[in-house]
Amino acid sequence: MRRVYLDNAATTPLLPEVREAMLPYLGEAFGNPSCLHDWGDIAREAMEDARAQVAQLIGADTEEIIFTGSGTESNNFAVKGLALAQQNKGKHVVVSAIEHFSVLHSARTLEKWGFELSLIPVDRYGMVNPDDVRKNLRKDTVLVSIMHANGEVGTIEPIKEIAKIVKEKGVVFHTDAVATAGTIPVDVKEMGVDTLSLAGNQFYGPKGVGALWVRKGVRIIPFLDGGVQEGGRRAGTENVPAIVGLGKAAELARTNMASRIKHLTQLRNRLLTELPSKIKHVMVTGHPQDRLPGHASFCVEFIEGEAMLMLLNSQGVAVTSGSACTSRALKASHVLIAMGISHELAQGSLLFSFGLDNISEDVDYVLEVLTPVVDRLRQMSPLYAKFTKTGKGGT
Amino acid sequence: MPVYSEKVMEHFMNPRNVGEIENPDGVGEVGNPVCGDMMTFYIKVKDNRLEDIKFKTFGCGAAIAVSSMVSEMAKGKTLDEAMKITPRAVADELKGLPKQKFHCSNLGAQALNKAIKDYLDKKKGGGKK
Repeated sequence: MRRVYLDNAATTPLLPEVREAMLPYLGEAFGNPSCLHDWGDIAREAMEDARAQVAQLIGADTEEIIFTGSGTESNNFAVKGLALAQQNKGKHVVVSAIEHFSVLHSARTLEKWGFELSLIPVDRYGMVNPDDVRKNLRKDTVLVSIMHANGEVGTIEPIKEIAKIVKEKGVVFHTDAVATAGTIPVDVKEMGVDTLSLAGNQFYGPKGVGALWVRKGVRIIPFLDGGVQEGGRRAGTENVPAIVGLGKAAELARTNMASRIKHLTQLRNRLLTELPSKIKHVMVTGHPQDRLPGHASFCVEFIEGEAMLMLLNSQGVAVTSGSACTSRALKASHVLIAMGISHELAQGSLLFSFGLDNISEDVDYVLEVLTPVVDRLRQMSPLYAKFTKTGKGGT
Repeated sequence: MPVYSEKVMEHFMNPRNVGEIENPDGVGEVGNPVCGDMMTFYIKVKDNRLEDIKFKTFGCGAAIAVSSMVSEMAKGKTLDEAMKITPRAVADELKGLPKQKFHCSNLGAQALNKAIKDYLDKKKGGGKK
């Protein structure tokens, strides 16, 4: 059976070059970078090379990069650390309604700590209107956090425009670039943000490593207290092999970005146009143009995502869904609901995220196996029966 | 994949009694798409026994497996016997359901109950005429 991995938004595989770069640091080069002997020097030099590679990827200065344990940690660190550092100035925080839970739930925690939170709505494509951000800025606003792109629906947000508005008011601006850094061009200076998070396993680096870029002069309260690693801003012995892998992945991403984008966009465009024309009552979610290169997301009407996912898996195809049944909290995707998609339609959400290994034949295969999967589940669906009898319920 | 038992997977992959019955003796519908699962059961009754059962289900793998299992457990039973099928008994027959899915997906027994009540109500209504 053909095996087609289309869940690169969850994690990309590790590139062989990245694994090779990491191996010495899982072996003889095991030193602690904080130590002042040869073992420590070797580890520290490798780590600082990686820091430079990550900085180059996003147009930052090397000393502005703080390594973390994940994109989630970077977002927690930024949202809580930036707000706490400024709490004497004000206690109002602004985030979009479609942020990743690592931002959204951090903001909810700030609420419990006495901050006020404003949620910025999105349009039906999942796009934030910069004017809505402007309207929500107050005298006591200390932090705005809007993601660069949404990993569930692929929409790329107008960060530069939003940053301009936020910075005019002198408010600190964080962006979660986990879905974009290493995938599309990210330049912190051009974007005009103050802090930015990224994660290794989104661009063929290892899991369990991320980074937070903090512009020089921006105050942030450390999230982990302890030793003086990472300039005293993130304590704990660094995960050297993973950091080296992140650096290598960043270098490869920067060098090969244009060709990667071209390859992924071709595959995703085929699926975005061919799936809705092959299967009736399928809606594309997210922005039709301003979206991540390898990202094709849909809502399939009258059926539920987990059931589709299971049947696709039995055909060797790995995808994901934002249906309530697939989430551990058993709630429909907050992103789809914020876009005004009904709970019923959100249940049929499917996300295909392409990677470097995918080829055009994978699209053919997915289209071939998905059609009977959808037919089969629709034949079982009372909603589809109602629709075929009354014509009601379709979009 | 969700942690489903082999039995759940087997019923999900090969569900029994999917479909509708024309001119059913009773229909029972439960759930709504907001909570994720919807089930409609159709029954045909003969001599106080469930002669035929069909279902349609919108929902996750567990919801489909539950529907299939309930239909299999109830077919041929007397109405009284069928009314006694509990969600717990269905889950046991399926060799367990994931804990967090027990309530949302395990609506089959309730849908069947509703269909039987619908039949009994109709019969009562018919008797009055």
